[in-house]
Parts: sequence; structure tokens; C-alpha cells
Amino acid sequence: MNSAQVPLAIGFNALIAGLILISAFAMVATRQVQGVLRFFILQSALLATSSFLIGYSRHSIHLLALGVITVAAKVIAIPWVLKRTLPGEVYERREIEQVLNIPSSLLLALLLAIAAEFIVAPIAMASSDPVVRVNLPIGLAGVLIGAYSLIARREALPQLVGILAMENGAFFAGIAIAPDLPLIAELAVAIDVILIAVVIGVLTRDIKLTIGTTEPSALTELREEPQPWR
Amino acid sequence: MALTVAVFLPLVAALLCWVKPLRNIAWGVTVVCLSISFALAVVSAHQVLVNGRSIGIPGWFEADGLGALMILLVSFVCDLAAIFAGGYMHHSERSDRLWWFYCNYNLLVFALIVVPALTDPNLVWVGVELITLFAILLVGFENTPNALEAAWKYAILTLMGAPISLLGFLMLYWAYRSAGGTGSETWQGLHAMAPLMSPNLLKLSFLLVFVGFGSKTGFVPTHTWLPDAHSQAPTPICAVLSGVKTSVPLYAVLRFLSIILASPEAKLGEWMVVLGLCSVAVAAFLLLQVRDYKRMFAYSTVEHMGIILTAAGFATQDGALGAVAQMLNHSLTKSLCFYAAGIVLLSLGTRQIRDVRGLFRVSPFAAGALLLCALAIAGAPPFPIFLSEFSILSAGLRSGHNAAVAILATLIVVAFVGIMLQVNNMIFGKSDLYSSPEAIPASCRTAVIIGAIPILLLGVFIPQPVHSLLVLAAQQLGGR
Repeated sequence: MNSAQVPLAIGFNALIAGLILISAFAMVATRQVQGVLRFFILQSALLATSSFLIGYSRHSIHLLALGVITVAAKVIAIPWVLKRTLPGEVYERREIEQVLNIPSSLLLALLLAIAAEFIVAPIAMASSDPVVRVNLPIGLAGVLIGAYSLIARREALPQLVGILAMENGAFFAGIAIAPDLPLIAELAVAIDVILIAVVIGVLTRDIKLTIGTTEPSALTELREEPQPWR
Repeated sequence: MALTVAVFLPLVAALLCWVKPLRNIAWGVTVVCLSISFALAVVSAHQVLVNGRSIGIPGWFEADGLGALMILLVSFVCDLAAIFAGGYMHHSERSDRLWWFYCNYNLLVFALIVVPALTDPNLVWVGVELITLFAILLVGFENTPNALEAAWKYAILTLMGAPISLLGFLMLYWAYRSAGGTGSETWQGLHAMAPLMSPNLLKLSFLLVFVGFGSKTGFVPTHTWLPDAHSQAPTPICAVLSGVKTSVPLYAVLRFLSIILASPEAKLGEWMVVLGLCSVAVAAFLLLQVRDYKRMFAYSTVEHMGIILTAAGFATQDGALGAVAQMLNHSLTKSLCFYAAGIVLLSLGTRQIRDVRGLFRVSPFAAGALLLCALAIAGAPPFPIFLSEFSILSAGLRSGHNAAVAILATLIVVAFVGIMLQVNNMIFGKSDLYSSPEAIPASCRTAVIIGAIPILLLGVFIPQPVHSLLVLAAQQLGGR
């Protein structure tokens, strides 16, 4: 192993971690449905790059394979699946109304990122591995911000992208903490992620065909209403 | 060998239902395959009783006491639900897509049955995700706006748990590796390594898995999808969702909890008691004001999941035995509850409790089934849930959780009153509201009668093999 190469790869990894966090913020801030999807693809490509970098510098076949799987599943397969199942007009929609306006959302996302840093600090700082110290907090921040955008969004596709972005966050942490996870598990997870896109795509299409909107949050029939007894 | 075939037969059935010439007999194919699968599950449970383990493919598919119990439950409930579906689904608006329904149903059964058989926790995560995914389109099968709303809520809330629990499992793997674990990660290996793992890491990873899988099990506050999905999904799917789909992620949580209990420093038992009681409390009070009888049984599921979690939190062998017995009794009883609710819905066409009056005179069979299972699920004496709840309460007293036992007993009584009030209103009273109720299909009657046998039996007499299996399963859960 070349001694000069290791800090360089890890430095680049830190840069990518920053870019992944920024792309998570960008997904929160984007109104256009198409734009959200593009930022997700960008984030997945960054995740794969990080996996290749660490895999190359540590000579880990597992991480190189994980990079290939990420590109195949998230950069190629998922956008293709969504193109096939969803009607084209879904992509052109803009979300005007969100639960919170975008500046407040960004502020909340920032707070979540800081909280993530503090939650894992005792564990991450106990580790001697510099990659863990970078990837674990950023990965958890990705999970939390994805969960927030899932709650705040009203359109179907951005909600789906929120789930997938959470998955990216978990994997970004996984590169550092579970680099030698069995390949069968990695593959199964990738297939699972593609299936999520298929199922949500089909469900969104059914909702569009039945009630004519791709805003599932418009559906509010079912709840426990306190009514007088009889 | 029996285990492998039992696990993969539903997958074969799904493929067969998809083949064009067999689409018309998809129901027959499903029932035959799932019945064989159940028979093989009995064989593998027998192997566990004799050898302590049942091995399918070494290192991949193995079942210990707990695994064999879950496989047995899943295959029994799913087989019976498939029989029930035969008559019920013909009344669906979308009866032209029945082959697709059975195909998807078999995939769901496969995912449910594979989780307890897997030895690798990371693959268990994948299996639990597959359960969620295969259930989504079945919940929305009727394609009405309400059904689609329920499916969407279910999808978003439970899929949100997925990446959270994934991060938890990755951390568990990290803890295993950092503690010096080699080779592939298995539940058994984790159990052995637990005292060496970092307690902080173990606690954080358990917390993430608990949040993620808790949303699939229906713990408060992520229970909100459960009543919606259970009121809108086709009834056989409700039976599977409530009977076993909620218990299977709980099975994974309990396995993980047993690792925590094996670690001397990472104590989380008391927290589980508190969180379990929260679920029981919210569900018990919602039971009092519910308007829809399918939603009523859904809230009762939240209640029972909370009871099981509380029992496991006692961290003793008695508590663990109560928890697994409650799991068994809940699965058997709750699926029967949904068959009874399904035949009421089929014959009267309404889900509202206040629109059903004097059921005894309209349809004695439906009323009898409803009364039987309402008594059984609420925990009235001659039924098995009474026994397991009683043993949980006494286990709590023996482990010194007096306050928790007092609260739990009160809440169980509240829930009992809630269920019995609602059902009483439905069964008795005047009956001149309905001119001609729909006839109950033979397959639905069959499912109710078969489903009632274990409930009537287990309350008064627990056969020796069942008891031994429960004891073996409780040993896997750990505790003192």
C-alpha cells in the first residue's frame, strides 16, 4: 500500500461526504419533482464513488463490488423502473405547498445534521478509523434528513426519493462500519431497493388512475373521528 | 430438507399461479402448496423437538425452537387464510385479477416464512423488507380510494423504518466484527459474542432496529397505518397481516433483545416494559371509542404486540415463556377474529359497528363465530389468551415489576370491556334491519371451523409437544 495514497483517498472521501450532505439539502430545497430525482441520482453516484475510493485504497473487493451494485441499482435501474411505471406528467409537476416552507425546512435539516453528529459522537470518536469518523455522522444525517423530507413532501415521487435517500445514508455509513458485509446481503439489499421503486411506482400509478392526482396526501378519509355514540 | 421445501414451496406456488394455463385454478394451487408447506413445517418442528435444531441448508436455513414455532404459525395461519380467501375473494370487485392476487399472496407467504428460517441477521432485514413490499399491493388490492389511501400510508410509514433498521443492522455487524467475531454473522454467534461487544454500540444499534421494525410491528406511535390497512385490505390479507405479519418483525426484535440481555452492561429490559405498556394503553383506550369492527380487531393487535414486548422486557425465563405463548395464541385467535369479521362484512356489507344489530337472529353462524373469537381475543377464561396473559402477569410479579403488572392488568381489563361492549352491541338487539343477508360461502365456514379447533383446545389442554416447543422457544429469548 502506497503511504501517500491513503490520506489522499481519505481526504477525497471527506470531500464526497460533504457533497452527499449538500445533495441531501438540495433534495429538501428543490420544488421540481424531476429535480429531486436528479439530485438523488447524483447522490447515488457520489456514494458509489466513495465506495470505489475506499475500496481501491484498502484493496477491498467487497467495496468495489458494492460500488458497481450501487451504480447498477440506483443510477441505472431505479430511474429506468420509474420511467416505465409512472406517467410522464409526474415528472413535470412542481410542489407549491409543503408542510413547511423551504427556508424553514433547510434550517430543520441543518439541525438534524448537527443532532446526527452528536448522537454518534461517543461511538464514532472511540474508533481509530478516520473513515468511520466521517461516514457515520454523515450517514446518519442522510437518514434523518431523508426521513424529514418524507414527512414534509406531498407528492408521491419525492416521498419515494426520500426513502431511497435514507437508504443511501445508511449505506454511506455502511461503507465505513461494515466494509466486508457478505456480497449476498449487498445484492439482496440492492434488489430490495429496486423492488421498493417498482411497488411504489405501481401504487402511484393506481392512485393516479383512480383519483386523478399524484398527491397521496390528498387522501385523508381514514382516521379515528370522535363522533357521538349513535 | 423438510425445512427447505417448506420455505420454498410458497415461491413455487407463486410461479405456478403466474403461469397462464394455471391462472384459473390459482386458488387450488395456493391451498395445496400451502397445506404441504404446513405439513412440512410440522415435520421440521418435530425435528427440532428431537434434535434441538432443524437444518435446511446448513449456514443459511436453520430453525431452532423459536424459529420452528414461528414457521409453524406462519404456515398454519397463511394456509387457513388461503382457504378462507376462496369464497371471500369471489365477491371482490376485481375478481378478474384473482390469479394476480394469489401470486402476490404466495410471495408474501414466502417472505413471512423465510425470515424465521434465516440464520444471518442481515438477510433477516431483507426478508422483513420483502414482507412489507409484498403486502403493500395486497392492501390496495380493491383499488378504491380508501384502499389506496391505506396502502399508501402503510407503505410510507413502514418503508421509512427500513433504512433506519438497516443502519441498525450494519452497526450490529460492526459491533460483531469489532468484538473479534469471525466468519459469517449468525444469531447464535452474536449471542455468544454479546458480552464482548461495546454496550453503547449495541444499544444504539438495537434502538435503530427497534424504531425501524417497531413501525412494521405497529408499536405506538408508529401504529397509525395498522387500523387503516386492516380495515381496507381484503379480509384474508387482514388475517395474515394481523396474525403473523406483525409478529414476524417482532420475532426479529426479540431475537435482538436476547442479544442485549446476554450483554452484562447493556440493560434495556425496563425500557421495553415501558414502551410495551404505552402501546397497550393507547390501544386499550382506542378500543373503547372505535366505530369500525375491523379497526377494532386491528387495535387489539397493537394491544397484544405491546403485551408481548412487555413480557419480553421482564427478562426472565417465565416472562419469555409467557411472551412466546402469547405470540402463539394471538396469531391463532386474531386470524380467526378476522375470518369472523370477514363473514359479517360479507353477509351484511357494512363495516360500521352501529349498523350491525341483532346479528344472532340474522346469521347465527356469523354471530357465534364473532362472539367466540371476541371472548377469546379479549382474554376470557376458558381460552388460551387468558392462560398466557395470566402467566405473563405472574411472571412480572415474580421478577418484581409490581407497578407494571398493576398497570398491565388494568389495561387488559379496559381492553376487555371495550371489545365486549362493541361486540355485544353487534350481536344482540333487534334484527329487523336486514331483509336478506348474503349466504356465507362454504370455504369461509370451513376456515372458521378449522381455526376454532386450536383455540378451543389450547385453552383447556396444551399437548406435550406444543409445550416442549414453547419451552425451547423461550430458551432462545434468554433471560434469567
